[in-house]
Amino acid sequence: MTTAAASADKAGVITFTEAFSRALHDAMEMDPTVIMLGEDIADEEGGGIFKVTKGLSTKFGGHRVRTTPISEQAIIGAAIGASLAGMRPVAEIMLMNFITVPMDQIVNHAAKLRFMSGGQTHVPITIRTRTGAGAGTGGQHSDMLEAWFAHVAGMKVVVPSTPADAYGLLLGCIFDDDPCLFIEDQLTRAQTGPAPVKGEIIKLGKAHVARVGTDVSIVGYGRPIRDAHVIAEKLAAEGISVEIVDLRTVSPMDTETVLESVAKTGRAVVVHEAPKSFGCGAEIVARIQEALYGQLKAPVLRVASRDVTVPFSRVLEAEYLYKAADIEAAVRKTLGR
Amino acid sequence: MTNSSGASRDGRPAGAGGASATAGSRSSAAFTPQALLEVWRKARLINLVDEKFRTLLRSGRLAAVYYSPRGQEIVAAAMGVHLQPTDYLVTTYRGIHDQLAKGIPLKPLFAEYYAKATGACKGKGGPMHITHPQTGVMVTTGIVGSGLPIANGLAWASQLKKDGRVTLVTFGDGASNIGAFHEALNLASLWKLPVVFLCQNNLYGESSKYEKCTAVDHIGERAASYRMPGVTVDGNDAEAMWRASAEAVERARAGEGPTLIEAKTFRFMGHYFGDPGAYIPKEEYDAHLAKDPMPRTRAAVLASGIATEAELAQYDAEVNAQIEEALQFAADSPFPDVGEIDIDVYGATA
Repeated sequence: MTTAAASADKAGVITFTEAFSRALHDAMEMDPTVIMLGEDIADEEGGGIFKVTKGLSTKFGGHRVRTTPISEQAIIGAAIGASLAGMRPVAEIMLMNFITVPMDQIVNHAAKLRFMSGGQTHVPITIRTRTGAGAGTGGQHSDMLEAWFAHVAGMKVVVPSTPADAYGLLLGCIFDDDPCLFIEDQLTRAQTGPAPVKGEIIKLGKAHVARVGTDVSIVGYGRPIRDAHVIAEKLAAEGISVEIVDLRTVSPMDTETVLESVAKTGRAVVVHEAPKSFGCGAEIVARIQEALYGQLKAPVLRVASRDVTVPFSRVLEAEYLYKAADIEAAVRKTLGR
Repeated sequence: MTNSSGASRDGRPAGAGGASATAGSRSSAAFTPQALLEVWRKARLINLVDEKFRTLLRSGRLAAVYYSPRGQEIVAAAMGVHLQPTDYLVTTYRGIHDQLAKGIPLKPLFAEYYAKATGACKGKGGPMHITHPQTGVMVTTGIVGSGLPIANGLAWASQLKKDGRVTLVTFGDGASNIGAFHEALNLASLWKLPVVFLCQNNLYGESSKYEKCTAVDHIGERAASYRMPGVTVDGNDAEAMWRASAEAVERARAGEGPTLIEAKTFRFMGHYFGDPGAYIPKEEYDAHLAKDPMPRTRAAVLASGIATEAELAQYDAEVNAQIEEALQFAADSPFPDVGEIDIDVYGATA
C-alpha cells in the first residue's frame, strides 16, 4: 500500500489504483491458488508500470507473482494451463491494445475449453488490462475493445465505475470459475470513491441500479457512468429524474435489471466509451426494443465515441471521445426538452 | 540420436556439431526387450484404432473430420511409456496417437468421434478437442502452435504444487514457425518448467514441404536460442525415440527444466482423411514406406525373442475385441440432448 493511499483511506476514500491493488492483495491472502503473471509486475521491476501490483511479489513471493517476458501469448497460455490444473491465475496485459496479440489463446482456448471439453475442464483466469482515451496515448494505447470479447461465448467482461466496485468486481472475477476480462480505465485511475469493505466480493452477472429515477434510464458501464451521475444531479435541479443502470458485468449482461428500469421509465440512453458502431450499446438497445417496443415513449439513443482511430492531438482526441454534454443532450432529446 | 542442442545440461554452449548419440545422456534406464514390447503394444493399439477409423470413414459408417497418425505411431508410443497417468498431455487435432499413448480409454474416445452423449466431451468437442483429464489428456487444440503456451501453465502449476507431474506437449513441424512456439520455449527455459516439447516432424505442414517453410535443417536446433537441450531423433526408431523420451521426461521430473525433442517421422495418409497427397513425390513416399516403422518395430520385437508371432497375434485379437466393444458402445449411445447446448457455456457460479 502506498503512503498516499493509506492516508486517503483514513478519510474513508481510496483511488481506483488502490482498489485494484487491494483486491489483488486480499485475493492472494485469501487463497493460495491465486497467482499472478505479467510484464514488469514484480517489485524488482517496480511492481508494474501503473504500480497496481507493487508489494505483492515481496509479500507473497516471486513464485506466485512472476514478471514475464513481453510475450502475451505465453502469458495468457500459461494462465490457461495453470487454471486447468486448479490455480486461479491473474494475468496482466499491460494495455488493452496488446490483447490483440493473445487473441487466439483467449478466444479459441480460454473461452471455449469448458464447452468443448463437455465441462471436464474450465478456465478460471482473470485478465486485467488497462485502457481508455483522453490521455494522449494515441491509436494503439487507448482502445476500448470490450465488444470483441462480449461477442465470444464463455468470456465474462467486467468494467467498474467506482473504486469500491473495482475492488469487489476484481475479487468477483478472480473467484469466478470462468475466464474474465477486467478492464481498468487509465484516465480515472487517480479518482477516488468510498473504500470497500475488505473481502466483500461482488458477484458477476448482476447490474447495479446506481441511482433511482423515474423519467429516463441511462444504461452503461465504466467511465461514462461517472459522467451520468453529474448529469443526473444537474437535471434533478430542473425536475428531471434520471435512473442510472451500471451493468458492472458487460457480458453476460443482466438484461432483466435493464428491462425493469426501462419498463419503468419508458426512455433510455445507452452510453459507452468505445466507438458507437457495432459496440455493446447496439446490443443493449436491441434487447430493450425487442422486449419493450410498445412501452417505449421515445427511441432509445446511444452516446459513444466516434468511429475513427483514437487520434493523438488533444483537439482531435476530444472530438473522438463521447462527451458528457452528449449524454445530457440525449437525455433531453428522449424527453423532448 | 543426435544432440543438436546449443547448450549442454549445465547451460554452457555445446561445441559445433553437437554431441554423439550417447554423450550427454542422463538416463541410465536400459532399453530392454521388455521396453521394446511395451512400445510395440502402445504403437499397435494406435495402429489398429487408426485402421478401424479409416475403415469406418471409407465405408461411410462414420462421418467425422479425421487426421490419421499412420506413420507416427512409434513417436507417440515410445514417449507414452515414460509417462504416468497423472502427467499432463497437450496435443493437436492430429493427436489420437498421443491420446491413446497417454492411456485414454476407447469407449469415450469412440463415442466422441461418433458425436454421442457418452463421448469424452459429451459430443461437444469432437475429434479435434478430445479431453480426458482422468488420463491427463488436458487439451487437444485445432490451432497450430497454441498448445505450447498452455503446456507451460500446466507445468507451472506442477512446479508451484511440487506434485512431480510432467507436461508433454506435442505439435508438428509447422508449429515451430508460429510465434507461440518461440514465446513458449523462452518462458519454459526461463522458468525451468517441467515440460517436454515434442515436435513430430512429419516433413509436411498441410501440403507444404518442410524445406519450403522452415529455415533450419533440424527443429531441434531451435532449442539453442532458448538455452534448452534440444535433440533431433529418428522418431520411427523405437530405441532412439525411447531413449530421447526417457531423458527428457526424467529431466523434467527432476526439476531440471524443459527439453525440445524433434522426432523425424512421416505421415502416410496425408494431412486429412481423403487427402490425395499429390504434393508428395511418389519416390519420396515409397522411400518412407520402405522404412515404415510398424513392420520395422514388429520385426525387432520378434527378433528380440520377447514375444512370438502367436503372442503378437493374440495381443491384436485382444485389442480388436476392445475396439469392437468401444465401437458398439458408441453406436448404441444416444446423441446429446439438444438442451446440452446451453450447458458448459459458463460454470455454475454464472
